[in-house]
Amino acid sequence: MTYIAKPKVHHPSLQRNAIGLTRRDYEGAITTLCAGCGHDSITAAIIQAFWELSVPPHTVAKLSGIGCSSKTPAYFLREAHGFNAVHGRMPAIATGAGAANAGLMMIGVSGDGDSLSIGLGQLSHAIRRNVDILYLLENNGVYGLTKGQFSASADPGSTSKKGEVNTMEAIDGVLLALTLGATFVARSFSGDKAQLVPLIQAGLAHKGFAFIDIISPCVTFNDHEGSTKSYAYTREHQVEVVQADFIAPREAITSEQDAGTVKSVMLHDGSWVTLHKVADSYDPTDRDRAYAYIRERQKVNEVLTGLLYIASDSKDMAEQHELPDQPLAGLPFEQLCPGSAELEKLQARFR
Amino acid sequence: MPRTDVGNPDYYHKVVDCQWACPAHTNVPEYIRLIAQGRFSDAYLVNRESNVFPGILGRTCDRPCEPACRRTRVDGKPVAICRLKRVAADHKDDIRDRLPTAPKTRNGKKIALVGAGPSSLTVANDLMPLGYACTIFEKGPRPGGLMRVNIPAFRLPEEVLDEEIGYIAGMGVEMRYDTPVTSLRALVESKEYDAVFVGSGAPKGKELELPGRRDTDQIFIGIEWLESIHFGHIDTVGQRVLIIGVGNTAMDCCRSAKRLGATDVKVIARKTRKYFKASPWELEDAEEEHVQILENHSPVRFVVENGTLTGMEFDTFTAREEGGRLIQEPAGRTIVPCDTVILAIGQENAFPWIERDMGLEFDKWNMPVVDKVTHMSTRPGVFFGGDAAFGPANIIWAVAHGHQAAISLHHYCQGIPVTERPPDAMTLTSTKMGLHEWAYSNNYSPAARQKMTHVSMPHRFSKMTIEVEQGFTADQTKEEVERCLNCDVETHFTDPLCIECDACIDICPVDCLTIARPGDEADLRQRLTAPAENLDQALFVSGPLKQTGRVMVKDENVCLHCGLCAERCPTYAWDMRKFVLQQPYAGVTFIPLEAVGR
Ligand SMILES: Cc1cc2nc3c(=O)[nH]c(=O)nc-3n(C[C@H](O)[C@H](O)[C@H](O)COP(=O)(O)OP(=O)(O)OC[C@H]3O[C@@H](n4cnc5c(N)ncnc54)[C@H](O)[C@@H]3O)c2cc1C
Ligand SMILES: Cc1ncc(C[n+]2csc(CCOP(=O)(O)OP(=O)(O)O)c2C)c(N)n1
Ligand code: SF4
Ligand code: SF4
Ligand code: SF4
Ligand SMILES: [Mg+2]
Repeated sequence: MTYIAKPKVHHPSLQRNAIGLTRRDYEGAITTLCAGCGHDSITAAIIQAFWELSVPPHTVAKLSGIGCSSKTPAYFLREAHGFNAVHGRMPAIATGAGAANAGLMMIGVSGDGDSLSIGLGQLSHAIRRNVDILYLLENNGVYGLTKGQFSASADPGSTSKKGEVNTMEAIDGVLLALTLGATFVARSFSGDKAQLVPLIQAGLAHKGFAFIDIISPCVTFNDHEGSTKSYAYTREHQVEVVQADFIAPREAITSEQDAGTVKSVMLHDGSWVTLHKVADSYDPTDRDRAYAYIRERQKVNEVLTGLLYIASDSKDMAEQHELPDQPLAGLPFEQLCPGSAELEKLQARFR
Repeated sequence: MPRTDVGNPDYYHKVVDCQWACPAHTNVPEYIRLIAQGRFSDAYLVNRESNVFPGILGRTCDRPCEPACRRTRVDGKPVAICRLKRVAADHKDDIRDRLPTAPKTRNGKKIALVGAGPSSLTVANDLMPLGYACTIFEKGPRPGGLMRVNIPAFRLPEEVLDEEIGYIAGMGVEMRYDTPVTSLRALVESKEYDAVFVGSGAPKGKELELPGRRDTDQIFIGIEWLESIHFGHIDTVGQRVLIIGVGNTAMDCCRSAKRLGATDVKVIARKTRKYFKASPWELEDAEEEHVQILENHSPVRFVVENGTLTGMEFDTFTAREEGGRLIQEPAGRTIVPCDTVILAIGQENAFPWIERDMGLEFDKWNMPVVDKVTHMSTRPGVFFGGDAAFGPANIIWAVAHGHQAAISLHHYCQGIPVTERPPDAMTLTSTKMGLHEWAYSNNYSPAARQKMTHVSMPHRFSKMTIEVEQGFTADQTKEEVERCLNCDVETHFTDPLCIECDACIDICPVDCLTIARPGDEADLRQRLTAPAENLDQALFVSGPLKQTGRVMVKDENVCLHCGLCAERCPTYAWDMRKFVLQQPYAGVTFIPLEAVGR
């Protein structure tokens, strides 16, 4: 929390993007989170990613639940639409919003408590439905907002700030998403913007549920020695297995980018992600092998990051249910509500 | 790039752009904060310590600080540093009992000073409190040098001069007016004085020997003409006046001509505006008074008909810029009609009263050989300062010279080598008052630079002595002080505390900060959050950080000193610390921080 607002003045060389906006135009209110919170870095990465993509802010919907992480949509894209849902219920709201307006670009921000405890069922079904949303799970291993209780992602054996040991198994968002059929699964670290920004961009371009689990240290309650979600621990154990570069549709893929261990996946909107595999045996387009590899490396305490899995044949909810591209609110009334004669006909089919 | 040594006072001093640019290193942000608090007397005394003449300089200073001001790089216009100085001087209480005094018992040493300009007066100001007996020899009837006889009263009222010179003379300086020194040898060899300071200025205006120059009495040398106006010897001028030259003297001449009744005043420039010597604000003030400036005119001859000056002939040119150079091509001749011509094409030094065989070396330009640091000539015990030392400059340089020369004079008289210079020192104090509270106004004010109000046009011409600038109102002062970025409240970094959370980088409104892989400076400058292209502005570089071995880099260029980095830092790795430069003066030295431990 700071008392003064971030001054509007900016660096003289601040660039404008294709739609004439500066990075500062993608900011929101000044953060009220603790100084040094990982969530704020993620906010900065989101701002950078949207700015680089030249997304008009008013075409975006920001959704969240409850928690420090869920507060952050207030801190970016001040001109976007927003919905701050009940604790753990953001996926349902997002599903409804996506159904009502498939044209909106949706970003959901949640926490490990919001997503993996109270909201686990909600998250599961949104994944299953392949709702077209970029879903960021800002993972700090604790309930930050309620003062640092272990969350469902806390690793067994890690300790609280006071030294208490967590005895329960952890739910790993990435493994969960893979088993539930997620079509885009990544892990990153708030302290690694070079990795995070292109992941966010690819996730936004991906048609379907793009899930990024982001280790985001809670500097106040979970940045101590016994924590496995601290800045120091993550830096020591993070291993980037697939480095993803996002290439916007207008840009051509150069042969240089195609070289070596690179694999390219075209996204729905004509953009590309090029995947540089740092680990040889890894294949980010093979769900089962990805799952097995992540499991295996977890046993030696490696935190694998990067674009871990991507399905090139993703069909999102709107496509599956043949929803119109147009927002429902914009459809002519007759089309939205075809009248009792049509209803009669429909019911007749079930008699 | 090695870790920046912030223990060297120069590093943080340089961040305070204005103070670094000020020849006397006035603590600008400190006095602006004092003004903001309504502590005008304190603000005045902070000024006086380094620049000695806040009231005079608050009206006339050449203000090298303003083009240097960081605010210029942030919103295009510097803080009105100079005019705020005047606010302190105008609104202070009676400060006489807070001024330095001379001790009852003198130290037995006697100093002779030639000329009562700002350089000599500064020397006396520094040496009197140490017990020296100072005698100033002045050719004219009153003290002040060019400040009095050349700077017109509509820019600098006499009362201000009298007051501030009085503070120095009042310490018991022996002032010998109407006493020109006609032989330096006689003065030195009289053995009456332990050392001599020459502050006689650059008293000669340059001539322009062209056909017709000697055929009329309506051609004047600028600085002599201004002096004659000051002494009342001249109180009229022709209707149409040409001023040759476009420096600050020319600006005073053209505006004075207006006040003597000229209706058509033209300033003649050989080149284009970009190359004018006059300060932009002096040009602005002259043009506000409907003085016309003719560019690309080069004088050929004075047109004199039957002993009467009727005009001046010029070669004219077309001009364009090519590769940063001015290309001028002839465009014919023209005669500009006029009744009076004032030559304002520069000043020269003249020392007819210094014997060339007294062991005091002169160079090929007929200037005394003077050491840039000690101000001593090649004749031990004879020191030079102000315009006399290195040619015409300005008041604040004369003051800066005076301080340095005073240190040398003191050393010389006490048997300490003059080359032994006391070092600059500093203090650095945290301004943190609470979680989000700082001991300075850290919020950025978007206010625009305040515009000085001027006395109305016809009225200001009615008398030579009507001061044109009216000074800032209380409301203007309130806005202007908040424009200062408090550059002396330094962003101070403690390497081992940083956990590389990026909070400072993300919050910084002007993209000053980056955590980067180490590299040399040229490489680093390209790899920052915003490229650091202003090479005059330093990069701060930390040592390797604990978690990744990367380094924290700060580009000082446009930092707002808003303190947000320090507010958002969870570990206090960044802190906002107030830097105070401890400048040595004659008889005042400071112990560097290193020596006392940190
Ligand atoms: C028209 C004009 C306008 C200016 N405006 C500004 C301005 O706005 N701001 C600014 O900062 N600067 C200005 N300057 C420059 C500034 O006035 C000088 O740089 C400054 O006064 C130099 O100070 P000084 O101590 O070297 O000597 P001076 O001020 O030149 O004083 C020298 C004194 O020595 C005396 N003297 C000389 N020879 C002898 C001798 N042999 N014996 C005894 N006495 C002697 C002279 O009578 C004089 O009083 C201006 C200059 C001119 C000409
Ligand atoms: C229905 C409901 N139950 C409990 C809470 C209390 N509560 C608020 S935030 C929170 C946990 C948030 O944890 P997480 O999503 O990890 O967010 P963080 O603060 O760690 O970013 C809880 C349990 C609530 N607000 N609403
Ligand atoms: S409590 Fe933890 S998660 Fe919440 S703002 Fe503070 S550091 Fe961030
Ligand atoms: S004080 Fe800190 S946050 Fe503010 S502009 Fe300077 S470096 Fe940036
Ligand atoms: S906010 Fe503090 S701890 Fe975080 S990166 Fe900046 S200096 Fe380091
Ligand atoms: Mg959490």
